[in-house]
Amino acid sequence: METLGYLMDGFGVALQPHNLMFALLGAFLGTLIGALPGLGPANGVAILIPLAFSLGLAPETALIMLTSVYAGAMYGGRISSILLNIPGDEPAMMTCLDGYPMAQKGKASEALAISAVASFIGSLIATIGLILLAPLLANFALTFGPAEYFALFLLAFATLGGITGKNPIKTVVAACIGLMIATVGIDNTGVQRYTFGVLELFEGVDFIIAIVGLFAISELLFFIEERAGGGKEKMKVNKLSLSWKDIRDILPTSFRGGVLGFVAGVLPGAGASLGSFISYTLEKRVLGKKGYFGQGDPRGVAAPEAGNNGASSGALVPMLTLGVPGSGTTAVLLALLISLNITPGPLMFTQNADIVWGVIAALLIGNFLLLILNIPLVGIFVKLLSVPPMYLLPIVTMIAFVGIYSISNTIFDLYFMVAFGVGGYVLRKLEIPLVPVILGLLLGPEMEKNLRHAMDISDGDWMILWDSGLAIGLWVFAGLGLILPYIVGPLLRRGMKGKTPSSGSPESD
Amino acid sequence: MTRFKLLTLLSLPLAAVTTFSSTASAFEPEGKVECIAPSDPGGGWDFTCRSVGNVMQELDLVPANVQTINMAGAGGGVAFAHTVSKRAGDDHLLVAASTATTTRLAQGQFPGLTADQVNWIGALGADYGIIAVAADSEIDDLNELMDSLKEDPRSVKFAGGSAKGGWDHLKVLIAAQAADVENLPRIAYLSYNNGGEALTQVIGGHVDAFTGDITEAQGFMESGDLRVLAVLSEERLPGDLADIPTAREQGIDAIGPNWRGFYMPADVSEEAQAYWTDAMDTIYESEEWQSVMTQNGLMPFHMTAGEFEEFVLNQINDIEQLSKDIGLIQ
Repeated sequence: METLGYLMDGFGVALQPHNLMFALLGAFLGTLIGALPGLGPANGVAILIPLAFSLGLAPETALIMLTSVYAGAMYGGRISSILLNIPGDEPAMMTCLDGYPMAQKGKASEALAISAVASFIGSLIATIGLILLAPLLANFALTFGPAEYFALFLLAFATLGGITGKNPIKTVVAACIGLMIATVGIDNTGVQRYTFGVLELFEGVDFIIAIVGLFAISELLFFIEERAGGGKEKMKVNKLSLSWKDIRDILPTSFRGGVLGFVAGVLPGAGASLGSFISYTLEKRVLGKKGYFGQGDPRGVAAPEAGNNGASSGALVPMLTLGVPGSGTTAVLLALLISLNITPGPLMFTQNADIVWGVIAALLIGNFLLLILNIPLVGIFVKLLSVPPMYLLPIVTMIAFVGIYSISNTIFDLYFMVAFGVGGYVLRKLEIPLVPVILGLLLGPEMEKNLRHAMDISDGDWMILWDSGLAIGLWVFAGLGLILPYIVGPLLRRGMKGKTPSSGSPESD
Repeated sequence: MTRFKLLTLLSLPLAAVTTFSSTASAFEPEGKVECIAPSDPGGGWDFTCRSVGNVMQELDLVPANVQTINMAGAGGGVAFAHTVSKRAGDDHLLVAASTATTTRLAQGQFPGLTADQVNWIGALGADYGIIAVAADSEIDDLNELMDSLKEDPRSVKFAGGSAKGGWDHLKVLIAAQAADVENLPRIAYLSYNNGGEALTQVIGGHVDAFTGDITEAQGFMESGDLRVLAVLSEERLPGDLADIPTAREQGIDAIGPNWRGFYMPADVSEEAQAYWTDAMDTIYESEEWQSVMTQNGLMPFHMTAGEFEEFVLNQINDIEQLSKDIGLIQ
């Protein structure tokens, strides 16, 4: 019941007019960003982080806005899947399978509405799961010492993109690049590494600068290269005619999808793509011949949408309680928390209770806002999708530059951001995923620190690393996470490839 | 062995007599006043700038508002370098500082920069150091802890929020040195990102003892999870905190204040310096500031101008000496 009290306080925070306003703004911008092909939730949050800084928002307001962006992007991803057969982000890939056929049958509006309802249900289930699970896990987090944390970080790296990643070797390369960048700065013992006497490098590379550079600036370069100038083809949407029966039909599917998605999201590294994939596959199994999947079955739209939205809330659980992100977007959110001087973990649930519960309450409210936004206003999003990038891009660039400059007021950071942007462009050209780079950068120093601490505590005895049941369990999971993708991955990918068009998205979540 | 002299410095009269207040200052700030917080938003320096800025506005010490500028990097080094090289003579600029600043200056972590390249204006309060253990720890008081360190310097491991060699680490060493523990460099100090993280590890039973500031520990003290063995202040702290014994009353003469204050660029006119020194006194005495201090757990600690400058230079010398003694720097 304590939880309920905290949640009520959280609503008190989230319902303050300015917080509500920024939640609405975030939900709107998130949906838009999610809908634009290529701009996934990780990019969306990364692009808007500078906005939070340049507006000088309070920590809880900044977080509320950006979690709304996150939730909105997960909603938005489906719009272009259904209308254009191009997923807005990778998790929305499965939505193409039945969404586009529905649209071809002249039922685009229905597909959009059904997917919005399913997204809502999936998200709602997962948020309730988050409310129940997070405080428990937060208390449990006290049992995590340096050895357990080290094993947990290892687990995060082991499962990293393994299942959805296209090329495991490239994932490893990306993670190593991140780890290498992470070594820059004064280390734990006061020794300078790769700082070359440059004061700005003493504290290492700022995550936010790296993230905005890698995602936003490289996105800009890509747009310039591929799509400069003209707009996209016009999309037409029919008039909505949806009965209660249609919604009732997808309810069981959405519930199952939401629960499965949540579980997939909680596992570090697995993320939303897995959530939508297993929800779809399971639903197909469950319904068997009763369904007509692949030919525009509404349940085929509902399942993956409930799944990926469930997973996106689920991924917040390990991020908030243990400080280990479950997906690329939560990694970006973690970077934001760190730069706001908030340490995720058990302490945050007591010391920053207003922030944590404010954000959780905002997720609940955001879901309702998104449902309201997405059913009647879908026409507006469709129109905005046709805005030529020549108008959109300068705005994104301006936000990135102003925002980064306002964090620390040094030109150095801007050069750095551009350098990261060019680096990100090159990596993407080489099809090296960016999310593992960020995870390496973010988790590398923590992993190193915990290893050093474990050694300090044991006076140099390596046995401490597998000295507790919890640590051993984590090692086993990490081992499984490393091996399983080689067995299950090819099977899954074969399944996915057979059914989906190639994704326009460079990023997985 | 060189005794650490912070203690003697602190016994100087804290309620400083202000020598500048009588001179009618010709300087009045016009337009925008800037306060550089050498960290990202949310940290201690950021708090110093924003809260002092608000009080200055309320007291009409500034014509308009005080703009806080965050300039993170090198633990304050980027802002220090910026102030020295680009802002000399700017009499509308204050920069937030604390013991972390003097520690880094003392250990040469701002390469090529020294304390006399800026004007030290004043301090407006302090956060005192503590040494604490988890409530279920076998260690009952500071002497017991020091005795086991004397037997084996690695028998008790400390967790704190500053880097190795940083202020939280130094506090342990100051206390251990005062208790005649030998082989100080062998004492294990585990550095975390902030006090909160370090506390979680101590409460969780993974690390033996916590070193940090009193404000960091209050949450876990109230919940009963943490037992504070000693506070490194001259006298017991006011209010609810009066239950905590000082190190001094346990026979270990160690003081560790983390002061919060400001410096200004070099080459600022005497009138401007006098104005800002006066302003520090006015702020410190105001009800507005006193209530900010109470709300945020800041303890009485006030010095301005000449006295403050002397304190800073002495603190730097002391920390340098200590760091050399324990082999942190050559």
